Amino acid sequence: MTTVTLYALCGVILFGIGFYGVIICRHLLRKVMALNLMGTGVFLILIALARRTPGDRPDPVPHAMVLTGIVVAVSATALALALLRRLHRETEIGDLPHDAK
Amino acid sequence: MSRLRKTELAKVGFGLIVAMIVTALGCAILALPGEESGLAGAVMLNLDQAGAKNPVTAVLLNFRGYDTLLEIAVLLLAVLGARALAVDESADDSEHFRSSINPVLIGFIRVIAPVMIIVAGYLLWVGGHAPGGAFQAGAVLASLGVLLVLADINWTQHLSDYSERILLTISLVVFLSVGLATMFNARNFLEFSPSTAKWCILLIEAVATVSIAVILLALFCCGKISNARKYHETTRGRVE
Repeated sequence: MTTVTLYALCGVILFGIGFYGVIICRHLLRKVMALNLMGTGVFLILIALARRTPGDRPDPVPHAMVLTGIVVAVSATALALALLRRLHRETEIGDLPHDAK
Repeated sequence: MSRLRKTELAKVGFGLIVAMIVTALGCAILALPGEESGLAGAVMLNLDQAGAKNPVTAVLLNFRGYDTLLEIAVLLLAVLGARALAVDESADDSEHFRSSINPVLIGFIRVIAPVMIIVAGYLLWVGGHAPGGAFQAGAVLASLGVLLVLADINWTQHLSDYSERILLTISLVVFLSVGLATMFNARNFLEFSPSTAKWCILLIEAVATVSIAVILLALFCCGKISNARKYHETTRGRVE
């Protein structure tokens, strides 16, 4: 077990926690946070696996992808929060309803 | 069976499924070869033609320029969405809010604002040969904007709606026009020639820094930086 795999496994666990939260949590704000956690897990995996190059410098392509991904995740989160705010103002609801019926 | 029991069971069952997924992914990661050069070799081989000595910047702006172009488009779409969703609210407790601002915050901003601007410029320039670049610089500038909003400093009073829109869209416009300009040289879209690549990248990054900062700040203020004040007053009014 090297440091690289340790970080990558942490990323996998973060992804799992986020995935569980996205499906199970009823409150929409928690869902948004869980989605972010999933994204962070993926970024951590990419960054960790980019370090497996033989030389000194890590693979720059995953780094560039993560940089792009972080910015997109931030903007998507902001849009989700704007949607949530509007929903809350219109309906005073933050949760999803308990029963679909 | 009561509904409560059912949801508890569903939670446990889904937890088990997630645990299986995590185990499978973990096994996949452990099965990967310990050493793998990926695309690092290809990037290093072409780095001297990319116009940037920092491989990450070279990948972002040159080798995978499409990604960055579309990323800026996504940022713009998010701002448009947030703008459409924001509702104009009026609140009349601005006096109360203004008196509740911590004077320490204003003093702190006075010290930190010039430093942040210089750091943003440094990050933009250093992106050519070391970690840094437009996104980092834009994030620093945007956080300066957030500080100004929190301290209720009305720096956008002379910024018209029209010029705000220009600030939001200018990086996409410049990026697209640089990409189209490369096509006049009998090259593909966004395929910079090695001699001009450095200046193309610098131009795009400099404009993108400003645009990204404005976009991130607009996302913080519900889509519009010029009504940041009003937004802040209303949230404040809701809390109290």
